[in-house]
Amino acid sequence: MQYFVQQLINGLTLGSIYGLIAIGYTMVYGIIGMINFAHGDIFMVGAFTALIVFLILGALFYSVPVVIALLVMMIVAMLLTSLYNWTIEKVAYRPLRGSFRLAPLITAIGMSIALSNFVQVTQGPRNKPIPPMVSKVYNIEGVSVSLKQIVIVIVTALLLALFWYLVNKTSLGRAQRACEQDRKMAALLGIDVDRTISITFVMGAALAAVAGTLFLMYYGVIAFSDGFTPGVKAFTAAVLGGIGSLPGAVLGGLMIGFIESMWSAYFSIDYKDVAAFSILAIVLIFLPSGILGRPEVEKV
Amino acid sequence: MAVTTSPERDIVATPMQRATREALYAGAIALGLFVLFIGLRTDQNISNELILVQRWWLLAVVVVLTMAGRFLYVAYGQPFLANQKIVDVATGLLPESMATRFFRLPYFIAAIVIVAVLAFLAGSLDGLLGPGLAGYARFLRALAIIYALASVMFYFRTFIHAHFSALGITALALYPIIVVLVLALYGGSVAAGFQGSLKWVDNYGIQILIYVMLAWGLNIVVGLAGLLDLGYVAFYAVGAYAYALLGTQYGLSFWILLPAAGAMAAFWGVLLGFPVLRLRGDYLAIVTLAFGEIIRLVLINWREVTNGSAGITGIPKVTFFGLMTFNVSDPNYIAKVLDIATSSAYYKIFLYYLILGLCLLTAFVTIRLRRMPVGRAWEALREDEIACRSLGINTTTTKLTAFATGAMFGGFAGSFFAARQGFVSPESFIFLESAIILAIVVLGGMGSLVGIAVAAMVMIGGTEVLRELDFLKQVFGPDFTPELYRMLLFGMAMVIVMLWKPRGFVGSREPTAFLKERRAVSGSFTKEGHG
Repeated sequence: MQYFVQQLINGLTLGSIYGLIAIGYTMVYGIIGMINFAHGDIFMVGAFTALIVFLILGALFYSVPVVIALLVMMIVAMLLTSLYNWTIEKVAYRPLRGSFRLAPLITAIGMSIALSNFVQVTQGPRNKPIPPMVSKVYNIEGVSVSLKQIVIVIVTALLLALFWYLVNKTSLGRAQRACEQDRKMAALLGIDVDRTISITFVMGAALAAVAGTLFLMYYGVIAFSDGFTPGVKAFTAAVLGGIGSLPGAVLGGLMIGFIESMWSAYFSIDYKDVAAFSILAIVLIFLPSGILGRPEVEKV
Repeated sequence: MAVTTSPERDIVATPMQRATREALYAGAIALGLFVLFIGLRTDQNISNELILVQRWWLLAVVVVLTMAGRFLYVAYGQPFLANQKIVDVATGLLPESMATRFFRLPYFIAAIVIVAVLAFLAGSLDGLLGPGLAGYARFLRALAIIYALASVMFYFRTFIHAHFSALGITALALYPIIVVLVLALYGGSVAAGFQGSLKWVDNYGIQILIYVMLAWGLNIVVGLAGLLDLGYVAFYAVGAYAYALLGTQYGLSFWILLPAAGAMAAFWGVLLGFPVLRLRGDYLAIVTLAFGEIIRLVLINWREVTNGSAGITGIPKVTFFGLMTFNVSDPNYIAKVLDIATSSAYYKIFLYYLILGLCLLTAFVTIRLRRMPVGRAWEALREDEIACRSLGINTTTTKLTAFATGAMFGGFAGSFFAARQGFVSPESFIFLESAIILAIVVLGGMGSLVGIAVAAMVMIGGTEVLRELDFLKQVFGPDFTPELYRMLLFGMAMVIVMLWKPRGFVGSREPTAFLKERRAVSGSFTKEGHG
């Protein structure tokens, strides 16, 4: 039982990170119907920015309280990563809006290759380890919960609450939902569609940057190629939950996190990714549009 | 009703003002993007801790270059491109196109003279100019050769355009012979010609043709049937491992295993096809991606059979249809049988013709299938699945045959790849490969075989050329490695080509079925591919 609860906590931590990245995928998909393949690398850029900020803080000050350091890392990562995603949208996706479906997909793949290799060229190909930032571990009735995990879950919950408020209660969120339903109609009603789409990319990147910072804090290491696997898992999570649906992305992220940690605990750690992907395939056979996704209406 | 006008709207900015403003914006954005990544570099010190190395001068250079580029584009590039479309009032003609201005007889003659002079001085360049300048001179010579060749092609462009396929196939068939002949003349002996041809035949010829074949195979699934497959590399892996395992364990010949590998890959194609029959668009994309990853992960982790990440070594070479071999120690080694000098180039040239044959087979099958009911059903499926079903087409078998046919060619290419490398490991079958193949299909123009071949040549050949830029070491110092920039430039090239030609290199479509006359239409009238 304790072992099970332990795995549940590990899964929750992992799932929070996947969920944060998955929201970026699902929002972009919902609003312009494209798979933003570069999103995994945006996450990696966020983690790398946090790493560099961490090193700057270490070089400038003798000691910085961990809370402040984390906050600064997160905010700078959010800002710069948003700038990256904003620029990419403007340069690589906007000119192709209204072109056929695969064109932006290819530029997204190109951007993903360019981003990871840009970081490799400028920062070097090696793994970048940092000393542990938070190392406290609590032991509650045989279940060990590290402070890192608590931080991850709390930050994710806070951000999701903020995000839910933004999407459901503000005029910006209303504009976003309107663009998602019908872009042309939204434009006719005076919504600046281009701006709304830009903001969607910025929001997705900001969440991915937070996920990157948390990832760096949790694992203590990042490399230029680390964007791909979490990116694909988060995309899997978004599809599993029903792409385009925001609660679905979080649910899918948690599910992938649980599947992974349970599978590595009870079966085999080598095949945890195989399990996650297989379950995705099985779920999609029975629910072709994901768990919370709306089935597409076929119009003739 | 109050009418509000912002005062700035009334003043039309001159191009220069606009360019300056745009350049400042671009500089600010570049500064934001690059301040941490180029301005600072994370490095390990002796005690293996991360430290930051500052390099603000590089940041300044990059930002200034970005600003200058943006300024020039807005101030001169955009007006120039706009003017290209305006008809001259007096003559009623469009202005001379950039291409005719670029390729002119005096320039051509100058290029020829430069090539001749530099080729004449080839041996004494180092002595005359010193190693640094000699590097530049060689680069200049290469540029002049490329320019001269391009001018010739430009001059004969209508002829080339009219006979593109025939000319292309002839050029491909003669390519190794020409390479050997040129290098033999250059090096002064036939042996030198064969030795020097290794790189050209293997790195350029075979490498590009493998991608052409893969892209043509994927084209059946994506371009014709309209099913977005992001895990195509899985079938490539199945083919490669089928030959690698059966060849090393049971010593079976390549000629038996080639069809077997194709059949096995086709079987996996059907296996993948079944669960995804009901899925559409992006759900299909993610499941195929997941399938590709599953195959790769199984190859890594099933160590008893696949030897894990270490891969399989010692894969037998292809034989010359069982008559001759390419192993020096064998009694029927090709050089012994034909009584010629020993060279490793024979095997590469043979492999080149083998993959060329496989490519042509793929093209032939694709072209024939498109005229058969199943090919038409694929294209109908791509354009409209519901209409397709209401016309009585069985979408299940249509989709499965598309997956199986595409996968079969992937399997062929895979077993060829294993035979060529002599070594396979899961490293060769990562998602990036699938992405590159898909990019080639889309950049080539979805469904157009010629366009796809051109795209493969440009993208794969282009990245291979970057390996040759050693002279850059003289510019940026010996630590500079051009290879590092290969994939960065590849990714950027993908974006730029897609922005420049969203419909791919071949943007017009010729219908397979037509009522009275066959007329090419713009690609934007069809849904995804050849219509």
